[in-house]
Amino acid sequence: MIELPAPKADVLARRDDIVAGLRRIVAGEGVIADTLRLRPYETDGLAMYRQPPMAVVLPQTTEQAADVLRFCHANGVRVVPRGAGTSLSGGALPLEDSVVVGLSRMNRILEVDYADRVATVQAGVTNLAITGAVQDRGFFYAPDPSSQLACMIGGNVNMNSGGAHCLKYGVTANNLLGLKIVTIEGEIVDIGGAHLDAAGYDWLGLLTGSEGMLAIVTEVTVRILRGPEGARAMLAGFKSNEIAGACVDAIISAGIIPVALEFMDRPAIHACEAFAHAGYPLDAEAMLIIEVEGCLEEQAALLGHIEKICLDFDPVSLRIAATAEESAAIWKGRKGAFGAVGRISPDYFCMDGTIPTSRLAETLRRIGEMADAAHLQVCNIFHAGDGNLHPLIMFNANDPVQFARAEVLGADILKLCVEVGGCLTGEHGVGIEKRDLMHTQFTPTDLDQQRRIKSAFDPGWLLNPAKVFPLQPAA
Amino acid sequence: MADAFRARTPLLVQGAGTKLSMLRAVQAAHTLSTAGCAGITLYAPNELIVSARAGTTLADLQATLAQSGQHMIAEPPDYSRLLGATGQQTLGGIAATNLSGPRRIAGGAVRDHVLGVRAVNGAGELIKSGGRVLKNVTGLDMCKLLCGSHGTLAVMTELTLKVLPAPEDTASVVLRGQAPEAAIAALSAALGSPYGVSGAAYLPAGAAALLGETGALTLARIEDFAASVSYRSERLRQDLAEFGAGEIWPAARSRDAWTAIRDADVLSAADGDAIWRISVRPSQGAVILAVAEAEGALGYLDWGGGLAMIAGPATEALHGALTAAVTRAGGVWTVLRAPAPWRGVAQMVPAEAPPLAKISRRVKAAMDPGGIVNPGRMYAGV
Repeated sequence: MIELPAPKADVLARRDDIVAGLRRIVAGEGVIADTLRLRPYETDGLAMYRQPPMAVVLPQTTEQAADVLRFCHANGVRVVPRGAGTSLSGGALPLEDSVVVGLSRMNRILEVDYADRVATVQAGVTNLAITGAVQDRGFFYAPDPSSQLACMIGGNVNMNSGGAHCLKYGVTANNLLGLKIVTIEGEIVDIGGAHLDAAGYDWLGLLTGSEGMLAIVTEVTVRILRGPEGARAMLAGFKSNEIAGACVDAIISAGIIPVALEFMDRPAIHACEAFAHAGYPLDAEAMLIIEVEGCLEEQAALLGHIEKICLDFDPVSLRIAATAEESAAIWKGRKGAFGAVGRISPDYFCMDGTIPTSRLAETLRRIGEMADAAHLQVCNIFHAGDGNLHPLIMFNANDPVQFARAEVLGADILKLCVEVGGCLTGEHGVGIEKRDLMHTQFTPTDLDQQRRIKSAFDPGWLLNPAKVFPLQPAA
Repeated sequence: MADAFRARTPLLVQGAGTKLSMLRAVQAAHTLSTAGCAGITLYAPNELIVSARAGTTLADLQATLAQSGQHMIAEPPDYSRLLGATGQQTLGGIAATNLSGPRRIAGGAVRDHVLGVRAVNGAGELIKSGGRVLKNVTGLDMCKLLCGSHGTLAVMTELTLKVLPAPEDTASVVLRGQAPEAAIAALSAALGSPYGVSGAAYLPAGAAALLGETGALTLARIEDFAASVSYRSERLRQDLAEFGAGEIWPAARSRDAWTAIRDADVLSAADGDAIWRISVRPSQGAVILAVAEAEGALGYLDWGGGLAMIAGPATEALHGALTAAVTRAGGVWTVLRAPAPWRGVAQMVPAEAPPLAKISRRVKAAMDPGGIVNPGRMYAGV
């Protein structure tokens, strides 16, 4: 278990008073303090780590959230913000002496303006619900993390979530216009608005991806985009990871930026095919899913161009969808990938390092060697265009030896990503999971500078305090 | 920097100094320029990234990218004519001011493409954030904090940018004679179309005249492969028919117009005029134009109405009317140019709400504990 800071004895001793104080702010079901009902909040998408909080509070308005933070601040109580609890890096893991502030009851869509192409929603609205609210007019909200059915926009803001289509449309940070936040001191602040550029400091940019350490987000204004006339996918299987990687390079070199460019290695192809029967090429060592957008003629022209490029790389399989249904079939296996791996392994870690795409083949080879040495299976499913790897390490958490080996292998893979010029996390966040690896990417000076920024927002380090930064400042 | 920190010596931080007329003037005995810290340090076209030292000129950077058929996505403007600058603007200056051109509406701002930064903070310490990969959420995003901070927190020394293939072709659908509200409605329809419009501007007659055109122009730009440009511009022209009979400007004419829009060459500013760059929600652009014109100022709109460029007499009346209208519209302004006495008193950007101003002062102290880099450039005392 990862190290968490020692709970504050004086806070634990005042538990009943603190819960009573919270109940004065949020009535009824909005405060949870009994052991059984706290259980769902003891973990998030990184389910191997568990720690029940002291209490959970579910405000329904920004004002309530402000009152809760003011109360916690006055009482020296640590606060862990939580959206849907889908973080894969343990970003919402509670502390024993913490109050979890959950945004799930703030789930209203406040404004949709098609002329200005913006939507303002409360932080607890799910990612997919934003698109759901605007798709009848042909619009969508672009970032599409795999958990988009469940994950909430407030969490997306805090983790700067990406998705399969961010090669073209960017990540959360590139699709935000404004926020309503509450500071740890309980002050309500509007950041940005419905306009494009800030004057003055870019607080919107700094808050995005700040993992709940700077403020609590209660409302979000996003850009909504008109969808393309259509989209179509193709699939290409290759004889090696190296060849598939070279093909990705060739496509981008030709000036084509597909809307999605997904890579699966042999173990991933087999796992997904067994699960989804999507017709993936079982004789391929690596496979690409490539999607383009436009009218039918544009799709045909782009896919034809990409097909020609793929043919230069001696593909073992090449399938261009003729219809939307065939596109969906190609995507079916990829979208069910985590479920597919869940079927063949009781537990898995989903890693998230990014590497320079020129180091792709070498990195995959070394990950394979490291997995063999650890007697663990790894499959790779990732966004090839931007080098954001997602090695899935399969293990059984009930076997403590295997669990420990999986943790070590995960850390070694991330260190490798940094070593080849990349980073620890492309879209899942540092959270608790990669906290103690931060020194591999940053110098002590870098980290201290970031800590001082954190202190500027939260001098008492009450907001999500044990995340992102190693607990002990480097010597 | 470390010496200046020890001695608490304020520094005017600049690149080539082409945008020094923006915001408040800095009182400093010494100038620190990054102009000599130039050169591209890494260019990987297949990875869509380029790294360059802060003093690299935009011209050098663009020339290198063009050799591989790529370009800077945010299309940064060159305001030399308006700001009376003679030097070549630098990458560091572009990032520090976060000024983006017409493509901002589709492709994002400069800050959206800064993937990594190396900088020296006000204590003289070397710091970095981000990296050289397209997706990176490791730690706080100081790249975005430094972009648009006008050198008040740290001195950027090297940046890594995301770049993209330059489009093969471009064209614009142009409507003539629209009133501002109708023009914005047409541009909203264009930006709400599936054709990937990458520029959406409205030039009132006065601005259009500087392009040699008679009457107001409403322009929507398409950039893509040639076949797509020809298909999409024609479809867009048909879709906009309800707003007026559109014409299609082919690549060369379209490029000339958008360069003039980008660089504000369609803004006539008399000597002594002030210039405001105003960001509002697009539907409010017409209101801003009307307020400006009522006070004897001229302007035009970009970003579908969401960016108003205004030039007019540097009077309390105009500044007060514009800033009040922008505040009502929920937007922000940046004064690009103003007479010297003004720059110390008028708000060059909107004041921050008190809780945010408190955070600003703390963040400034966290990065520049001696208050030595560009003190007072954005706000008095920060």
